[in-house]
Amino acid sequence: MSVKSPETAVVFSTGKDRSVGLPRRRRLSSYFGWGLAWACAGLVVSALLDLLVTVVMKGVTSFRWDMLTTVTHGIAGGLQNAILGTLWIVGIAIVMAAPVGILGGVYLSEFARSGWARTVRFWTEVLSGVPSIVVGYFIYLLLVLGLGWGFSALAAGIALLIIMLPYIVSSTESTLRQVPWSLREGAWALGLTRFQAVSRVVWRPAAGGIATGVLTSIAVALGETAPLLYTAGWSAYNPDWHLTHSQVGYLTYVVWTYIEQPYPEAHALAYSAAFLLLVVILCIHILVRMLVRRWGGGAKSHL
Amino acid sequence: MSQRKRGEMHVMSQRRASRWADIGFRGVAAVCSAMPLVVLAAILAVVVAGAMPSIRYMGWRFITDITWNLGNLYGAISVHGGVRAPAGASYGALVFLVGTLASSAIALVIAVPVSVLTAAVLAYQVRGPLQSLLSFLVELLAGIPSVVFGLWGILVLAPWVGSQLGPGIAHLFGWVPFLGGSAGTGLGLLTSGLVLALMITPIITAAVRDLLMQVPRLYREGGIGLGLTSWEVLRHVCLPIVREGLIGAVALGWGRAMGETMAVLMVGGSALNQLPQNLYSPISTMAAVIANQLDSALTDASHMAVHALAELAALLLVLTVVTNLVARLLVHRVGWTAGARGVRV
Repeated sequence: MSVKSPETAVVFSTGKDRSVGLPRRRRLSSYFGWGLAWACAGLVVSALLDLLVTVVMKGVTSFRWDMLTTVTHGIAGGLQNAILGTLWIVGIAIVMAAPVGILGGVYLSEFARSGWARTVRFWTEVLSGVPSIVVGYFIYLLLVLGLGWGFSALAAGIALLIIMLPYIVSSTESTLRQVPWSLREGAWALGLTRFQAVSRVVWRPAAGGIATGVLTSIAVALGETAPLLYTAGWSAYNPDWHLTHSQVGYLTYVVWTYIEQPYPEAHALAYSAAFLLLVVILCIHILVRMLVRRWGGGAKSHL
Repeated sequence: MSQRKRGEMHVMSQRRASRWADIGFRGVAAVCSAMPLVVLAAILAVVVAGAMPSIRYMGWRFITDITWNLGNLYGAISVHGGVRAPAGASYGALVFLVGTLASSAIALVIAVPVSVLTAAVLAYQVRGPLQSLLSFLVELLAGIPSVVFGLWGILVLAPWVGSQLGPGIAHLFGWVPFLGGSAGTGLGLLTSGLVLALMITPIITAAVRDLLMQVPRLYREGGIGLGLTSWEVLRHVCLPIVREGLIGAVALGWGRAMGETMAVLMVGGSALNQLPQNLYSPISTMAAVIANQLDSALTDASHMAVHALAELAALLLVLTVVTNLVARLLVHRVGWTAGARGVRV
């Protein structure tokens, strides 16, 4: 580059090449540090890619389309019972979790005093840190044994509800908080009550964010195993759509039990189940990503 | 009644209806917003109540004894300390407590530096499409089901640990106690720690990245203006500012690692009644044992096994809730103070 005058030369040397006068030791340690940081990022990404490639390769080679239409027989057969069971349990859970979570989030954002909102937000985060096996065991003690429901779809659905609730509450609340205050004031000035303001005006810009929260919670629920062990049981038949007193199969159970069997047919079932789960969950995550990009803001990554 | 008057009454009744709708909605929503608190309290109450018989039966031996023995399930039921249990039953959870702490400690030792450095790259080194791609990959890692991690552990990681990493470490550092010995099949403590490390990395990374992004830009520019390199700004300006939040993020990851069930169940090697002898020994964590002992809970007529597992769940719950409380408090404090300083640019 051509340097016209001494002043610009000074500006250039401080702006672009600030490490010109550094002792070599500091420069090297800087390079070394960032090199290490990039290596760590590379390690994480390559582990993820290795995991994805391994599961997809195993899945593609062992998946057969007729697995979707046959049920499990002993160590072989298909996955229809597990797929329908997973959908049945997650369906029950989302039917309960979505209204409760969205209403709770709306209350925290629109009606609650800030002290209550902060308290609930804090304990919601703590609830999301409760190990999922403990949630499953809680439902086992309370509903499966206590109320005598036995292993059942409803007990499993309620266990998943507890897992999903924090995601939906916090994403609903945080997206509603991003809606400009002037929208609410406009609605109230037109004579709408607070409920009408929320139900007719304020939810519209937040709809995308709320949807991403619900979708994320569905992705989490699809991949859960631990809360279902003590609540859903296992069944090699298609679900009979009874809420209680009837065991249900699910996909993650196939993955962890059948991989420990010494038969290739059982392994094929486990690989296929993991592959199906991974594909569905990947699709949901990509959809969420697109929604967030389209609607802006959206759910913060609530882990 | 004139047309106008009827219109007014209509408006009145409509307004009253909408007020009642407002109150009703507010009430229902308030109940819903209390659900997380109610559920958390119910979990604590039910699990602790379920654990009471076992607490009375075992006392402190629950956390000092290493023998987990269901007793003679087909023999006579004995009464001990006012509690009915199968003859010879002993529920000592020390092995599982040690397994939980050891595997989560290994996971932290690996995951914390990796996550902090990855977060620094995400926060300061990349921008635009590359940043959103890398962030997406890290968040995707958090979304992968734990059974899939377990599957990958069995297929890829355990064979590698058993045949290369384990013998390598034993060869180089065999003189250090606990690091020597045979790596066996690779299913054990080290593999569990590695899988857990990969599972908690996205959690710590996301939290630290958000913290680093909260560091006021003026502070970083001040560091650059004083002639620090960007690495020195990270070391001496940014990390000290977020230190408390960093500890919180680590505690968050630790809580998750202790509570993780399926992956450890699949790669841990399911140890019973034996403390880990070296880095490659089979282990069980508390969460994995609860999952693994489903059959015993179903077959014990005195239900003592159910109570013992409930005590295990209660212990795990207390451990994870306490670490989570500490973590959330620390993470929030940084958020609040950074906001209160009012210099965010």
